[in-house]
Amino acid sequence: MQVTTPEMEPTPFRRDLLRLEPAGLYCPAGDFFVDPWRPVDTAILTHGHSDHARFGSKRYFAEASSESILRSRLGKEIDLAPKEYGERWKLGNAWVSLHPAGHLLGSAQIRIEVAGRVAVVSGDYKRQPDPTCVPFEVVPCDLFVTESTFGLPVFRWPSPESVFDSIHRWWRENQAAGRTSLLMAYALGKSQRLLAGLDASIGPICLHGAVHGPTQLYRNQGVSLPETFTVSEAAKDFDWSRCLVLAVPSAQGTPWLRRFGEVSTAMASGWMAIRGTRRRRAVDRGFVMSDHVDWPSLLQTVKETSATTVWVTHGFSNVVARYLREHGLSPGNTLDASPLETQFQGDAEDSEEISSSPEDETGS
Amino acid sequence: MNFAELYRRLDESNKTGEKLSSLVDYFGQASDDDAAWAVFFLTGRRLPQPAPNKILRSWATEEAKIPDWLFEETYAWVGDLAETMSCILPTSTSSEEISLSDWVDRIRRLRGMDESDQRVALNALFAQTDERDRFPMMKLITGAMRVGVSQGLVVRALAKVSGLSNETIAHRLMGDWEPSADAYSRWIDPDTADADLSQPYPFALANPVEGDVAALGDANAFLAEWKWDGIRSQLIRRSGTTYLWSRGEERLDGKYPEIEASAADLSHDCVLDGEILGWKEDQPLPFAELQRRIGRKTIGKKLLLEVPVRFVAFDLLELDGVDWRSRSQQERRAKLEEVLGTEQGTFRISEQIHATSWSQLALLRETARERKAEGLMLKQIDSPYRVGRVRGHWWKWKIEPYTIDAVLIYAQRGHGRRAALYTDFTFALWDNGVLVPFAKAYSGLTDQELTEVDRFVRANTQEKFGPVRSVTPHIVMELAFENIQLSNRHKSGVAVRFPRIVRWRHDKTINDADRLEDLKRMISPR
Repeated sequence: MQVTTPEMEPTPFRRDLLRLEPAGLYCPAGDFFVDPWRPVDTAILTHGHSDHARFGSKRYFAEASSESILRSRLGKEIDLAPKEYGERWKLGNAWVSLHPAGHLLGSAQIRIEVAGRVAVVSGDYKRQPDPTCVPFEVVPCDLFVTESTFGLPVFRWPSPESVFDSIHRWWRENQAAGRTSLLMAYALGKSQRLLAGLDASIGPICLHGAVHGPTQLYRNQGVSLPETFTVSEAAKDFDWSRCLVLAVPSAQGTPWLRRFGEVSTAMASGWMAIRGTRRRRAVDRGFVMSDHVDWPSLLQTVKETSATTVWVTHGFSNVVARYLREHGLSPGNTLDASPLETQFQGDAEDSEEISSSPEDETGS
Repeated sequence: MNFAELYRRLDESNKTGEKLSSLVDYFGQASDDDAAWAVFFLTGRRLPQPAPNKILRSWATEEAKIPDWLFEETYAWVGDLAETMSCILPTSTSSEEISLSDWVDRIRRLRGMDESDQRVALNALFAQTDERDRFPMMKLITGAMRVGVSQGLVVRALAKVSGLSNETIAHRLMGDWEPSADAYSRWIDPDTADADLSQPYPFALANPVEGDVAALGDANAFLAEWKWDGIRSQLIRRSGTTYLWSRGEERLDGKYPEIEASAADLSHDCVLDGEILGWKEDQPLPFAELQRRIGRKTIGKKLLLEVPVRFVAFDLLELDGVDWRSRSQQERRAKLEEVLGTEQGTFRISEQIHATSWSQLALLRETARERKAEGLMLKQIDSPYRVGRVRGHWWKWKIEPYTIDAVLIYAQRGHGRRAALYTDFTFALWDNGVLVPFAKAYSGLTDQELTEVDRFVRANTQEKFGPVRSVTPHIVMELAFENIQLSNRHKSGVAVRFPRIVRWRHDKTINDADRLEDLKRMISPR
C-alpha cells in the first residue's frame, strides 16, 4: 500500500511538534516516530498490535508492561527501553511521557511536549472498564491524535456486565443442548479481557494455541485470569459440550473444530453491533465488545482533552473530522479537525479487531 | 417468547432446523392475533408504508441530534434504514411488553396523521421499546422483514403446530388474506372447506439441470416444452369470475384485459398454470417489451396494440371444481388439450416437443434462442403437480448463457450482509479505445473474492460520487447474461438481461477485455 498525503494538511505551526512522514507520525524536535510503519531510528510504540508495532526499527520505547508482548512479536533481541506510565524523559528538544490508553495491557498514549506545546497520540483506546489493563487517563493537550475505528453514531457499546450476562446465558444454553461453545475473538487483548470476565464456575475454558501464548504473557505480568487448558492437554474422551473454547477468528471453518462435535459459534467484536457485518461472519451469535472507543466516548474524550486541533486517524476519519469541525463540542467553540491517512487499520471490517495477524494463525 | 425475540432467534441462526423449532415454539404460544401477523410479516408481506421514509429519517436524525449528512453517511455504511434508525435513537430505559398486534395497531395509526402528530406518536412508541426490541419493530415500519425465513419454512412450522400437511397449509396461505385471529384459526383448522374462490394453488417450481442431462434417466419419461421468458401466472376461472395471479402472489387483474376477455369465453371452470408472453406475428416478444406493461396501473390503447399478450398454458390444476393436482402430468396435459384446444382467443397451449432421445432434445435445445425461448422444460410424465421446488419432477434445461469479458470501472457498497463492502459493480467494454459501461453485476463471487475486490477498490479509488467510487481499470471479469437487445436508454446502446459474474479473469489484462461490437454481434437477428 502506498502512503497518500492527507486530504487536508495538518495545521502548519505545529509541524515541529508532529507531522506525517512517509514512515509515519514524526516528531522533528525529538527526532522520533510514533508507531512507524517503516523501519526508523527511534520508534515509540503505543501498543503491541501488529498494525502499530512493526519490525525493523533500531530503537524502541514502550510501556514497561507491554515489553514481553513486544519482544514476543518483534523479537527477543530488539533494543527496547521500557518506561513507566507518567515517567517523563527527554528526546532531543521534546519531553515525552506515556499514559494509559485502556486498550490492552501496556497500551499507552504518547504525550509529546515541545516548547510548551503538547501533542497526544492516543494509538487505540477505550473508556470502558477492563480489568486486564490500566484505565484510560485524560491527558490535556493542544493537539490530539485520535483513532476513529468506530466513529459513527450507530456504535454505542452496551455495558460489559450485560454482554457477559449474554455470553454466560449462551454458554449455559449450549451446555443444556449438548453443544460446545466456540467464542472467537482477537488473540491479544480481547481474549484476555473476555477471560477475565468469564464465570469459570459454569464450565471448563479451553484456549486455542494462538490465544494461549498472549494469555501466558498476561499471567506473567500478574494479571489474574481463570484457569484454562489447551486442546493437547485434554483427555481423549473429554466431554467438550460443557466447555467454552476461546479461539481466533481464523479458526472458523477449519478442521481444528471437528474434535468439538456440535458447536455454537460466537464472535466478540465491536463490529457485531451491526447486523450486516455479523451475518457476513456467519456466526451463531455476535457479542458486542470492543477495545476501541464508541461514538459518544470519542466525542467525550476529545472534549476532555481540551485540544484545539484534532487529527483523526484510522477508521471513519473523514466523518469524525467533519463532525468535530462543524459542530465543535460546545457552542461557540470551534475545533480544527482534519483526517489523517495512516497505515493503521480500522476502516476495513477485517481489521485488527477481528482478524488475526499471520503469526497468530499457528494454533493447533 | 415475543415477536422481537423470535426475530432475534431467526436472525441469529444459520440452521434451518433451529429456525423451524423457533417458529414452532413461537406459534405454539402466541395469541392467534399475533401468530397471524407473524405469518404476514415472515412471508414477506408488509404494511402500507405508515410514514414516508423521508419523515422517518428526519425524525430519527432530529431525535439523535446529529446533522443530516452524518445520518446519510451512517446509513450508507450500515445499509439498512431500520437498523440505522434503531441504533442512533436515544436509548430508552423502560420496556413495556407490547404484543405484536398492538404494535401493528399503533403503527397503522401513523398513517393519515400529519407529520407533527407522527413524530409525537413515534417518540411515544420508541420510548417504550428497549434496544433489543427496537430493530424488529422498526422493520415493521420501514418494510420487508428479510430474516432468512422462506414461505416454505413458515408453512412447515404451521403444519407442525396444526398437524396438517404442508400442502394444505401452503394452499391456505396463498392469495389475499387479512391477518387476524380468524384467519389464523382458519389456517390451522383441521376441518375447513376452503371456500375462497380467488385462492390460487401454490406454484410448482423447477430445478436447473446440472451436469449431464442423461443422468435424469430415460428421455421418454419426460414431457418436454419450451421454457418461455414471461410472467409465470395462474389463471383462475371459477363461478363466472376470472382471477389472475403472478408467481409472486400478486393479483394481476386488470393488467391483461385481453386475457381476461378470453377467459370469459372458456366453456369450463378451471385453473390454468402458464406464462404470460408479449406476442406479435405469431412469436413471443422480448421480455423487455412485456416489461413495459408490468409496472402500469392502466394499460393504454397504444400499449395494447404495441405489446399484445398471450397466455401460454402448460398445466391444468383444477377442472369444474375438482382438484387435478394429484393426477399425473400426462393426464393433466391431455385434459388441458381437451379443454383448451390448441388455440382459443388469447390462449395458446405450450407446444409439446416430441423427441425420443436426449441427443435429439439437445439439438432442439440449441434452437431455443431463435424461437425466443430460454431453453427446455422437462417434466416427469407420471408426476403429480407438486408444491414448490421439489427435486426430480420439473427440470429447467436452459441454453448456455452468453458470456463476455468486461472491465470493472465503478463500485458501490452493497446492502444488508454486504453493506460494509464494495460489492455492487459496474462493468465496461471497449469502444474505440474508451471503456463504456454496459452492465451492473452483484452476484457470482465468493466471500473471499469479494473481500479482495473490496480491498482493491479502496486502494484504487479515482473519484467518489456519493456512494459510488470510480476505480482504476484493472480487474477483468467474465460476465454471463441471458439475453441481449438494442436499447436507446443505455449509454452503451445495448441492454443485457440477468448479468452476473462467472469468474474473475486473473489471467486477463484490461487490454484482453471484449469490445462493445463483440457484444452487439451477439444480438440475434429478428
